[in-house]
Amino acid sequence: MIQIKKIVFLFGAFFFLLTSFGQEEGMALVKGGTYTPLYGGDSISITIPSFYMDIYPVTNAEYIEFLKENPKWRKSKIIRLFADEHYLSHFQDDLTLKPNEGMRDAVTSVSWHAAKEYCKCQGKRLPTMDEWELAAMADETSPDARDKKEFNQYLLSWYEKSKFKGKEIGKTYKNYWGIYDLHGLVWEWTADFNSVLLSQDTRNSAEGNNNLYCGGAAYGANDLKNYAAFMRYAFRSSVRGDYSIKNLGFRCAKSIK
Amino acid sequence: MKKINLFSLLIFSMVLFSCGGEEKPSKVKPEYIEVVSERKAVMTAPPYVPEPTGNRKPTKLIVDMEILEYVDEIAPGVEYTFWTFGGTVPGSFIRAKVGDEIEFHLKNHPDNQLPHNIDLHAVNGPGGGAVSSFVAPGREIVFSFKTLNPGLYVYHCATAPVGMHIGNGMYGLILIEPEEGLPPVDREYYVMQGDFYTTGEYGEPGSHVFDMQKAMDEIPDYVLFNGKVGALMGESSLKAEVGETVRLYLGNGGPNLVSSFHIIGEIMDRVYEGGASFINTNVQTTLIPAGGAAIAEFKVDAPGEYLLVDHSIMRAFNKGALAALDVTGYDDKKVYTGTIQEGIYLPEGSRIQLQPKRPEVEMKEEVAIDEMSLDEKLIVGERLYGQTCFACHQPQGQGMEGAFPPLAKSDYLNADVDRAIEITMHGLRGEITVNGVKYNSMMPAQSLNDEEIAAVLTYIYKNWGNDGHEVTTKQVSDIRRR
Repeated sequence: MIQIKKIVFLFGAFFFLLTSFGQEEGMALVKGGTYTPLYGGDSISITIPSFYMDIYPVTNAEYIEFLKENPKWRKSKIIRLFADEHYLSHFQDDLTLKPNEGMRDAVTSVSWHAAKEYCKCQGKRLPTMDEWELAAMADETSPDARDKKEFNQYLLSWYEKSKFKGKEIGKTYKNYWGIYDLHGLVWEWTADFNSVLLSQDTRNSAEGNNNLYCGGAAYGANDLKNYAAFMRYAFRSSVRGDYSIKNLGFRCAKSIK
Repeated sequence: MKKINLFSLLIFSMVLFSCGGEEKPSKVKPEYIEVVSERKAVMTAPPYVPEPTGNRKPTKLIVDMEILEYVDEIAPGVEYTFWTFGGTVPGSFIRAKVGDEIEFHLKNHPDNQLPHNIDLHAVNGPGGGAVSSFVAPGREIVFSFKTLNPGLYVYHCATAPVGMHIGNGMYGLILIEPEEGLPPVDREYYVMQGDFYTTGEYGEPGSHVFDMQKAMDEIPDYVLFNGKVGALMGESSLKAEVGETVRLYLGNGGPNLVSSFHIIGEIMDRVYEGGASFINTNVQTTLIPAGGAAIAEFKVDAPGEYLLVDHSIMRAFNKGALAALDVTGYDDKKVYTGTIQEGIYLPEGSRIQLQPKRPEVEMKEEVAIDEMSLDEKLIVGERLYGQTCFACHQPQGQGMEGAFPPLAKSDYLNADVDRAIEITMHGLRGEITVNGVKYNSMMPAQSLNDEEIAAVLTYIYKNWGNDGHEVTTKQVSDIRRR
């Protein structure tokens, strides 16, 4: 027994070293698992391997570094197909923010294409929707807080806030995995943000649209009370890859080799 | 352009002649009506509606609708986060006619937090337009539809969770007039009911948001006409003159409650039930389902204030479902005589009704609070007046003749402060004389604590020509201990 504990401890220490000093600097380990997502009917449960996720959303400062090295993603150079006219609307020119914007603010008004490219350049990738949801179902003390009333109320009250203010990272809580700002700061891109609406794979039958409008909302969902999740899925299905929105940012993830 | 006009004129006159003087416009199926012109829709904030379409030809109508999320007062001193079509609850009124081709531009403001869409019950097509109108913040979406059926229709947001979007105020009305237009009337107004579920109780000060649990339990804190307690009361009440015909475009956004719409003291001459083509006459109370509408027409016969209520009546006097129509003009005694005689009727065992007392614990907590400053009393007092007193004593304390004595320039009130405190605390029954007029009515005891009584009475004494007396909490507590 003692030996096993020791081994676990050593293993843990090894991981700790890896995460602190290895390539995964600035990332947290999210332990994989199996969960039943909002969509897809009762029978669907998804198994996700462990992965790393950025502790904070990508900031303006970090994004400017990326723009310096990758001129074709600058505001003046971007191809319209990859980002709409709102792209970097908070920049006054290619590499400078407007006066009231903060370098430590989460970068927003970036398209999915740009976010994807950014992560690729860091040797990372965008998290999948399932990974993001798994990481984001944690509150400060537990990996799955979806049944906690206060947790859902917190999310709903953030989604309700009318005007968009304060985007500085790290001001919300640190969750069970050590990750900040998954809720309460900005919406975040995921790799497959539109798969729920577009792919028939995750749907259990051919009848009905199974979309998130009206009746569809009650029809396709497992947990009717999880209105907070509804709103995330609704948001995701309202966007396209070139959209650049004032309250939509991103962070990167990485698979464990 | 001209050619087409001439051509259609020709066809039209041929139809006229061939049918032997038939007056009705061409009975082309609405979907085949050609539109030859284009115009921007004039849209109005409630309680107003745009000009009638009259005898204009069907047109291509461009509707510009902006979605706005913002914080505003839902009751005096109570803030709420509203989501709206066009910056008001209910949303901007759209007026079109059968055969119009509506090009709908739905714009989601970039500062908004969420995606939205619109389901118009006037649309024949998937989702009533919702499927084609899902729009992210900072985007605009355009879709178009042909108006086929005349009627008054609800529109609302249908984005998940639908109940939350509607519950926050995302609904309004679109009127599709028949080709020949609706018959002209003297006044038209737009009134829409909605139930609100907030994180605070009715009247609880502060900033509140939607409460999902209350919404699922279908127990609202507020039931309102036009999105705010007193939105159509006092200076903002609807106006008409004796002899005029008033048309109300009535809607119910829900999300949950069905409205028993009633006008106190006015029979509705004609009601287009459901906002549809069937006209019922001499209606006292009409049902307006959630997501439904009705058009009510009536000639106002006598001057005075008429209250619009949801006759599921606790909602009217306790949750805010109250609006007023102010009718001025000549008093025709043939229609309404006023009080002819009054006397005392006291059956055995009568007693003043009591409202439930607040729980002990709450009382103790409140004892600890210090005396409010005069400014605070006036602010709190105004809020409490707006929640508790105004339904009977009226927004400016003017009272209601024959029923509720005035609080403005009131000799009875100014003569005895202790008595006023007692009445507020314990209620009053029996005859009193106020400013030379006799009242014989009943006021229930109010469930206010001592501080609140001090505040509301101070507010009343400092307003409307009263003697300006400031009531202290101690004064009130002393009387309660007696």
